[in-house]
Amino acid sequence: MSDNILNVSRRGFLQGLVSAGALVLSVRLVPEALWAADTAAGSHVDGAAFHPTVFVGIDSDGTVYLVAHRSEMGTSSRTSVPLILADELDADWKRVKLEQAIGDPKYGDQDTDGSHSVRDGFVTMREAGATARLMLTQAAAQKWGVPVSECESDLHVIVHKPSKRKAGYGELASAAAKLPVPKKEDLTYKPKTKWRYIGKGAVSYDLQNLCTGKAGFGMDAHIPGMVYASVEHPPVLGGKVKSYDEKAPLLVKGVKQTIPIKPFTPPHRFQPLGGVAVIADNTWAAFQGRKKLNVAWDNGPNASYNSDEYRKQLQETARKPAKVVRNIGDVDAAFAKGGKIMEADYYLPHLAHATMEPPVALADYKDGKVTVWTSTQNPQAVQETIGEELGIPKENVTCHVALLGGGFGRKSKPDYAAEAAILSKAIGKPVKVVWSREDDIKFGFYHSVSAMYLKAALNEKGMPVAWLQRSVFPPIGSTFALNTTYADGGEMGLGWTDLPFDLPNHRAENGSAEHHVRIGWLRSVANIYHAFAVQSFVNELAHESGRDHVEYLLELVGSPRIIDIKATAPENDNYGGAPAEYPLDTARVRRVIELAAEKSGWGKRKMAKGSGLGIAVHRSFLTYVATVVEVEVDDKGDIKIPSVHTAVDAGIVVNPEGTRAQFEGAAVFGTSIVRSGAITAKNGAIEQSNFNDYPVARMNEAPYKTTVHIIDSDAPPAGVGEPGVPPFAPAICNAIFAATGKRIRELPLSKA
Amino acid sequence: MIQLKVNGVESSFDGDPNLPLLWYLRDVLGLTGTKFGCGMALCGACTVHQDGKAIRSCATSVSAASGKEITTIEAISKNGLHPVQQKWIEYNVPQCGYCQSGQIMQAISLLKEKPKPSDEDIDGGMSGNICRCGTYQRIRAAIKAAAGEKE
Repeated sequence: MSDNILNVSRRGFLQGLVSAGALVLSVRLVPEALWAADTAAGSHVDGAAFHPTVFVGIDSDGTVYLVAHRSEMGTSSRTSVPLILADELDADWKRVKLEQAIGDPKYGDQDTDGSHSVRDGFVTMREAGATARLMLTQAAAQKWGVPVSECESDLHVIVHKPSKRKAGYGELASAAAKLPVPKKEDLTYKPKTKWRYIGKGAVSYDLQNLCTGKAGFGMDAHIPGMVYASVEHPPVLGGKVKSYDEKAPLLVKGVKQTIPIKPFTPPHRFQPLGGVAVIADNTWAAFQGRKKLNVAWDNGPNASYNSDEYRKQLQETARKPAKVVRNIGDVDAAFAKGGKIMEADYYLPHLAHATMEPPVALADYKDGKVTVWTSTQNPQAVQETIGEELGIPKENVTCHVALLGGGFGRKSKPDYAAEAAILSKAIGKPVKVVWSREDDIKFGFYHSVSAMYLKAALNEKGMPVAWLQRSVFPPIGSTFALNTTYADGGEMGLGWTDLPFDLPNHRAENGSAEHHVRIGWLRSVANIYHAFAVQSFVNELAHESGRDHVEYLLELVGSPRIIDIKATAPENDNYGGAPAEYPLDTARVRRVIELAAEKSGWGKRKMAKGSGLGIAVHRSFLTYVATVVEVEVDDKGDIKIPSVHTAVDAGIVVNPEGTRAQFEGAAVFGTSIVRSGAITAKNGAIEQSNFNDYPVARMNEAPYKTTVHIIDSDAPPAGVGEPGVPPFAPAICNAIFAATGKRIRELPLSKA
Repeated sequence: MIQLKVNGVESSFDGDPNLPLLWYLRDVLGLTGTKFGCGMALCGACTVHQDGKAIRSCATSVSAASGKEITTIEAISKNGLHPVQQKWIEYNVPQCGYCQSGQIMQAISLLKEKPKPSDEDIDGGMSGNICRCGTYQRIRAAIKAAAGEKE
């Protein structure tokens, strides 16, 4: 931390108060640690005595600086990824200081999404840690004039085994810095038995700051001379400003000026939506100024979008033959043979991310360069987007990554950061753009609305001999390319072309759907609706066949085996995981089902009237999850969730405590989807606005207790941030069926 | 001129008397521990204490707060950590942490009124505070621990 920068910041800040109409009689009300200022202080890693890779620097006092190159939005990435490096380096975590990376391709992929930070970091971080450890070992051997093979690390020191001599990492740093960086093939890795942190984890590096109000979120970024902005966006996607009142907003105390922002050029990608910005000397004044803008809009063709009519279209499409994305055997021939036929339609609405911290960014444009402080999951996308918007090289955009008050996919898309940069350039001052909750709900990149149709033919035992499934939704690709109406292989791979069932005849299809709002990824993405349809349908088949769901599900999964997904679904990309490393293994599917069933007392508990258990299993982001939900439904249909048991096989788990928290949170996130989550549009405009009409789960509605059972595994690490979400909705709906006999094929319950 | 007393420090303000206390704290005083979540008293992220009781600072104007003792997360404990903050750390409550200032301020206020809260008391006291990450069961456990109750 540079005290100078903070001091300058404080002084400027206090000067700024005068213009806001305040006279402060106190000293120092400004908090200790403004994180945005901390990151501006320059890299300790690059400045350290020894920094063999971009991820680690060791100073002569033994302080180990580690780079957190992924964003922290609550999933512990900022802690868990550097923790891997610290382990391989054999460093003392208490002597580690983290530094949040700015956006820079030298760190590789920094996009914190897709539940792959630990998965990627497990390779990169161990390499960096092993590199630094080997060089320190070589430096010690050189110092003592002994063979490297006689030296080894032991928590922040190198030990010469025969003589028991020791040298600390700090003491060795300067000498290590003079050595050549070893080749990858010369590196050795600690065996599992010597892991200090992997599998044991650590609490969040920021834990205490998060409990004392000192943590620096994007919302808290501040630099001297900055002004605040709020943007009135077109209510309909692609809408344009016809006219607005430039004068009236200026009558609001604190408002300085209004500035139009041009509409985007399709496809919208991450471009700002356009509209009119109000600049003011505090956030609230900017919000108030917007109310006086009286904008007249040209809404454009998306004004025809109405959720009710669109739903009918989706459901009609789902009943017609569509694009085949996976095929096994001959479904049509099998259906033609007769047998018991089961059919069901499922429907889920758009969802909004509703991160507790709405989108926010501070940008400072000077002489063709931009510095931005923001809550972003993807700082390199911030650089690219701002570079394109302002016509400057992306290298001229410095993106500091603040802590995120939630992400869930929304903050991978930096439209709000581009707004701040555009406005800063326009007025020649640093500008902080703050989205209101209403902006957040009405102008999201929404989780797709979806309709699914499933059909099965059952044999005399009630098992499916043919299984057809069709999924229709506006694809995420529509955000990036015009006229995209079909999902790509990656999106179809999210729980649709990777069914782990033993089916002689199976066909998965995808129907065409146009977008009328911005579509984006939301925590676990298409897995949400795909798992809902598939796992609900399994329950319908089990019930129809008079079978216990768990027993039926296990038979459906079949014997332990590796499923070659590519053989039947060539475009499935397996979340980018090589099939050799991350095969679809039905033994692991079975194990999580069995564990969740056992821990929840499945088949052994006597359930009271109105109570029931439901199960669902789903592999996503290469992690296997089975969830059993217990519900109590009262006479009025109100639901309580006394318990949730989730069994997780995520391969090697670096941070078990962080992982448990993710699955506890996923049950609450799932509860919101089930109970109340729905974004709808009328005449192209989103109808919801805030937590009154887009409710999310509160404490009294959330599961009372979620217990997470992590399977010990030596398989490569997989994702944990998202995979808890998909099985929750079908599990609870299956539980409601068990409790009441009421079948739920669409969500949320509040609209059913 | 509106006179305010925040964390024991007096200040005066001659801006818009309707300015919500939240924005006075954040944008004027620079006390950013109190968070903006909804602007309509629906989520509790902006919770502070007024004369020792939890209020929503986004729906309280500076003129309404005048003459009251306002306390924010930054000053909830004079020395070190407040016992509720200690339990928050012990139970590893936060994920993203954005709502937790408000959760902690609400919990401290609840425990003043109900030193041994039942589950119903906790639901009643805390359900106005949204946590989108879903840390509710840890919040409940931390509150019970702070009250000296077993989970």
